Amino acid sequence: MLDQIAQAIVGILAVAGAFFCLVAALGVVRLPDALTRMHASSKAGTLGCGLVLLAVAIFFPGLDVVARVVAAILFLLLTTPVAAHMIGRAAYASGESPAAGTVRDDLADGPDNPRRRLLDKAGGR
Amino acid sequence: MNLLVLNLLLALAWMGFNADFSLGGFTAGFVLGHGVLWLGRPLYPTQRYFRVFWGSLGYFLWLLKEIVTSSLKVAASVLGFGEKVQPAVIAIPLDARTDLEITLLACSITLTPGTLTLDVAPDRKHLYVHAMFGGDAAALCAETKDSMERRILEVLR
Repeated sequence: MLDQIAQAIVGILAVAGAFFCLVAALGVVRLPDALTRMHASSKAGTLGCGLVLLAVAIFFPGLDVVARVVAAILFLLLTTPVAAHMIGRAAYASGESPAAGTVRDDLADGPDNPRRRLLDKAGGR
Repeated sequence: MNLLVLNLLLALAWMGFNADFSLGGFTAGFVLGHGVLWLGRPLYPTQRYFRVFWGSLGYFLWLLKEIVTSSLKVAASVLGFGEKVQPAVIAIPLDARTDLEITLLACSITLTPGTLTLDVAPDRKHLYVHAMFGGDAAALCAETKDSMERRILEVLR
């Protein structure tokens, strides 16, 4: 009985994880510009990977597997925001985004615009 | 934070006494050691260990809940129903001052789907956040400050 409940939980987690990975892939295709695509790919991907890893931990309940799963989820949570931050900033500074349809941009006209800071730095040398 | 080292050492001692070097043994030792240290709170009046420990645990669980709920929101929007995508770059004024506070806030904002930290102002007064549903900038700004930043500062200060 307990075995069957565990099996059911593993199935639900794995399917939910796969669903979020699929949504991430769809988002990369469907959303309008680089920055909005980042939302879909980096975040929905994290949750998808996390859920699949959880399913693995429940399916193989040994200490070695669980320790690796915990480490993998921890490093996923630590590294994803740093990468997303760098890619997003690079996308903005390169002038690629934001696309048409952006309702508000506090960064565009201010002195903190990373594109302008980059150009100033290059001009000052 | 020396109490954390003490707690880990107590867990290690418990594992040694029981010759049980497994995850279960460590967990039991850590919980028991935590209880013992908690009973001895009057001995170290200036410590912040218990508040920071339980605060971080609570914050982590709250962040997980936020990640799940906002992932569902982004997923609904990607699949074509749900809220309309209105990208916006919003400046959020910062109350957080130290490197750790700002880093934690920026990473938490990036981890919750729908919002992405683009940049920190050089004078550290603002955080520039790209939001997927930025139709109501003031509401989003207030929500981030009231829930996320308040929680982080409560734990760290």
